[in-house]
Amino acid sequence: MTPAERPLSPHLQIYKPQLTSVLSIAHRGTGLALGVGAIFFVWWLSGAAWSDACFRAAQAFWGSWLGKLFLLGWTFSLFYHLLNGVRHLLWDIGFGFDLPTTYRTGWTVVAVSVLLTLFAFGGGLYAWGSP
Amino acid sequence: MADFFLPKNSKVVEGHHHPALSGAKRVKTFRIYRWDPEAGGNPRMDSYDIDLDQTAPMVLDALIKIKNEIDTTVTFRRSCREGVCGSCAMNIDGTNTLACLKYIADVKGDVEIYPLPHLPVIKDLVPDISAMFEQYKSIQPWLKNDTPPPADSERLQSIEERAKLDGLWECILCFCCTTACPSHWWNPDKYLGPAVLLQAERWLADSRDTKTDERLDQFEDPFKLYRCHTIMNCTRTCPKSLNPAQAIGEIKKRMVERL
Repeated sequence: MTPAERPLSPHLQIYKPQLTSVLSIAHRGTGLALGVGAIFFVWWLSGAAWSDACFRAAQAFWGSWLGKLFLLGWTFSLFYHLLNGVRHLLWDIGFGFDLPTTYRTGWTVVAVSVLLTLFAFGGGLYAWGSP
Repeated sequence: MADFFLPKNSKVVEGHHHPALSGAKRVKTFRIYRWDPEAGGNPRMDSYDIDLDQTAPMVLDALIKIKNEIDTTVTFRRSCREGVCGSCAMNIDGTNTLACLKYIADVKGDVEIYPLPHLPVIKDLVPDISAMFEQYKSIQPWLKNDTPPPADSERLQSIEERAKLDGLWECILCFCCTTACPSHWWNPDKYLGPAVLLQAERWLADSRDTKTDERLDQFEDPFKLYRCHTIMNCTRTCPKSLNPAQAIGEIKKRMVERL
């Protein structure tokens, strides 16, 4: 019996999602989203520099429901990645490794990210709507 | 490289069902991963209905009951049945733990039991853990000190020095943590994993060991230590309630402090 014939035991397929791993993969995901968002940001800025028509096209996209959904996701990604990044920095100086603290800081990051997102996005929509 | 899917020969199929004896009142279903090297083929999930009124409280008790009374071919490692040997480490209800320390009552619904994740399976719930013991060997887990010990005594430690080893020496090398770590799943040959790194810290923290610098040199490598991304699955799953993530954090701090 050579080891090559042995099956690999299930991993991702069976391991229960839990706050520790979900927040970790969310940090990756939001980091990726920020990178993609930056490309759109450049598109918007260069549109403004290029021509009236280009800028109008970009503005029209951000004004559509899909554009707004993008902005909502980007806003949340920004706050989550920022706050969880601070959590990582605290770990790097040796604070917050015990399990109760890890869970407390984890849920705090989620709650504050949601609040800041609603605040910033709501404020943005309000400013956009008013003259 | 990360491969999120199982190879074709490792996909799990539905297996046989063993119903409970008539008259059983409190029935619980145990679904167990089965793979027999002599039969080959794909692994399967066999289910066994058990009368809880006739079973002791731990998952390991149920496994032993199944092996004794229903299906003698079910294969798993066990020895001490009290959480000090680390043999019965397996994935129960989605997380890694010791079957002897896991209450059946803590599992809602069917009890799903798999071998420790992302390892080659030797048979049923017995995975090949030799690669992780090789990694353990690579950190040279023994006292290193060039000066001879005092002629009339052992190498003594103060109470404070000894206290620094608490939370490190208790590890039983069951590898629940290492096999719960996605970083180790994707780089099992290059990243040392939480269990081995906790042991590395155990020797770094020992006041009698004088080879700290030499020990830290081996971590000047993109993978061995730094593939830890503080996911914290290790600390979450440790059946001995130790904190491998913190130990790894301490090693990372040592790496910075010696610059």
